[in-house]
Amino acid sequence: MSFINYMAREINCKIVYYGPGLCGKTTNLQYIYERTNPDAKGKMISLATETERTLFFDFLPLSLGEIRGFKTRFHLYTVPGQVFYDASRKLILKGVDGVIFVADSQFERLEANLESMDNLRHNLGEQGYDLDKMPFVIQYNKRDLPNVVDAPELRAELNPRGVPDFEANARTGEGVFETLKAVSKLVLTELRKGQGG
Amino acid sequence: MANAQMVMYEEEFTLIQEVVDRLVRDANAKVVFIVDKNGQLIAASGEIAEIDTTSLASLTAGNIAATGGIARLLRENEFATQFHEGENQNIHIQLVGNRVILVVIFDAKSSLGLVRLRVRKATDELNRIFEELLNKTRDPSGADSPFAEITDDDIDSLFND
Repeated sequence: MSFINYMAREINCKIVYYGPGLCGKTTNLQYIYERTNPDAKGKMISLATETERTLFFDFLPLSLGEIRGFKTRFHLYTVPGQVFYDASRKLILKGVDGVIFVADSQFERLEANLESMDNLRHNLGEQGYDLDKMPFVIQYNKRDLPNVVDAPELRAELNPRGVPDFEANARTGEGVFETLKAVSKLVLTELRKGQGG
Repeated sequence: MANAQMVMYEEEFTLIQEVVDRLVRDANAKVVFIVDKNGQLIAASGEIAEIDTTSLASLTAGNIAATGGIARLLRENEFATQFHEGENQNIHIQLVGNRVILVVIFDAKSSLGLVRLRVRKATDELNRIFEELLNKTRDPSGADSPFAEITDDDIDSLFND
């Protein structure tokens, strides 16, 4: 649910990074944080366990610049990927404007990706959203690892609808901004329709 | 609709800001702010220069969301009020009309009793204002989205590195 503030001439949108445990959602945010101009970003918050697993969410506010005199701000959130944190994941999806699904490209995580994708669809459905009708992009992460599923095969499994998708290596930053830009564009395009965001 | 937009107009913003400014004075508070349930900051007043209101807004919304989750598990509707007591500062969090969150940060210059009293009054006022705002947002004859006219070039220009 985007928030348009006519007084402050600001538009705020919420983007959520979703995906199975250890797929690299937090790493995406960390890379964006490190590579963004200090005046365009706020503080990055990570609510994580002592072993640096996401417990509740990571949060990073970003300013993209102005459109027609309105400052555009994006609030980036990650969900905790571990299966048993499902209650928290549902909470973070509230009011979401766009979703990035981060898939772990390794063979042994294919099933976890599929499970997480089903979980995303289900949890969005509970909030009255339809994954097929909202700004949505997919990132195939960890392409640098030796044991990865071919991109076409991953696409066939995870992206039958053909939403924008990107190969990435979040540690080095490859594909990170491309993914974010793609979903941001979709969110803004949705806003243009006037109904949504 | 799940993705209904929240819109803030100048008229309502001014009214909300007045309530928030007054609450800072009446409750002897350090900071008062209002956040929507998705973590977007709506208004703030008091000693805000010293704090990161964006982070506070997001964490407060997370806190309210988690507490709401607990409430549902216990078959409670909501826990509308939360109070956290620190060594030097305290924080009082109040859900307003199940829509927005009113947060008051105060120190020894005030007291929980006073804050509760003033928050109750402010909550009634805020409820009325947000009700109005909601009706206005629902009304299709209201102002058009400023984004109805944006072009692909406008969007692309945001991403020129």
